Amino acid sequence: MTKLSLKTEGDRFVVVTRRFAAAPEAVYRAHTDPKLIQKWMLGPDGWTMPVCINEARPGGKIRYEWSDGNGGGFYLTGEFVELVPFSRIVHVERMYLPDPTPDNHVTTTFAKDGTGTLMTMRMSLPDAATRTAMLQSGMEHGMEAGYVRLEDMLQLRP
Amino acid sequence: MRNLDHTFAALADPTRRAILARLALGETTVMELAQPFEMTQPAISRHLKVLEDAGLILRRVEGTKRPCRLAPDATREVDAWLAMLRKALSANYDRLDGVLAAMGPAKHAKKRKGRR
Repeated sequence: MTKLSLKTEGDRFVVVTRRFAAAPEAVYRAHTDPKLIQKWMLGPDGWTMPVCINEARPGGKIRYEWSDGNGGGFYLTGEFVELVPFSRIVHVERMYLPDPTPDNHVTTTFAKDGTGTLMTMRMSLPDAATRTAMLQSGMEHGMEAGYVRLEDMLQLRP
Repeated sequence: MRNLDHTFAALADPTRRAILARLALGETTVMELAQPFEMTQPAISRHLKVLEDAGLILRRVEGTKRPCRLAPDATREVDAWLAMLRKALSANYDRLDGVLAAMGPAKHAKKRKGRR
C-alpha cells in the first residue's frame, strides 16, 4: 500500500506514482495489451472487464466496459494521442455514468528504476459534479467491499 | 473558491455558529430559524447573508420562501474522491504486480514478436 503515491497538483491535476518489480517494457505492455489489461484494471474485487478495446497507436480507440456480475456496470471510451514504446502514453478518456464525464487527459510515463519501473500518471482532477457522480458509483462498491470484510471478520471469531 | 477570511469572520459570531449547528440537522426556512433564536427575521436574514457570502450555506427559492442548508465541504469532498481513487488504483496495481510476475522476461519477448 505504501508503494502508491497520490498527490494533487494545484486544483487541476492529480499525480500518481507507483513502483513495479518489472522492466518498463513489461509494465508498458500491461497497459496496452487488452488480454493483460483485462487481468488487472478491474477496480473492486468481483468486477470484470468483458469488453477491452485498446488500439495502441496515435488516434487509436479505447473502450473498456466493466461489469459487477449482477447487471451493474459502466464504460469508458478514449483515444490515444501519443505512444512512445516503452516509456510514455498520452491519452484522453471519459466515463459514462451514464452521462459522459468531461474529457480526462492522462499522461503515463514508465522510467527504469533499478531492476524495476517507476510509473508516473498525471491526470485531470475532475470537476465537482464529476467527482460526485464518481463517488456515488464508487461508494456502492466500497460499501460492498466493506460488507465482505465484515463477513470475513465474523467468520474468524470463535 | 472559498475565501478563508470570509469563512473565519462568519464563524466568529456565536449566533451564526448556532445557525450552522441547526442547519446541520437539515434544510430550514428563515421563519423556522428565527423562532429558537428569538430574533427578528431581518436580523436572521443578515446573518444568513454573511454565511452565504462565506460559502458556508446555500439558499434556494421555493415560492416566497428561501430555505437554507449547509454547503457541502469542498475540501472534504475532494479528499473523499481522492480516497476512492487511491483505493481503486491500489487494488488495480496490486493485481498488476501479479500479472507482471506471471509474464516473465522470456515469455514477454516471444509473445511480442508473435503478436504483430
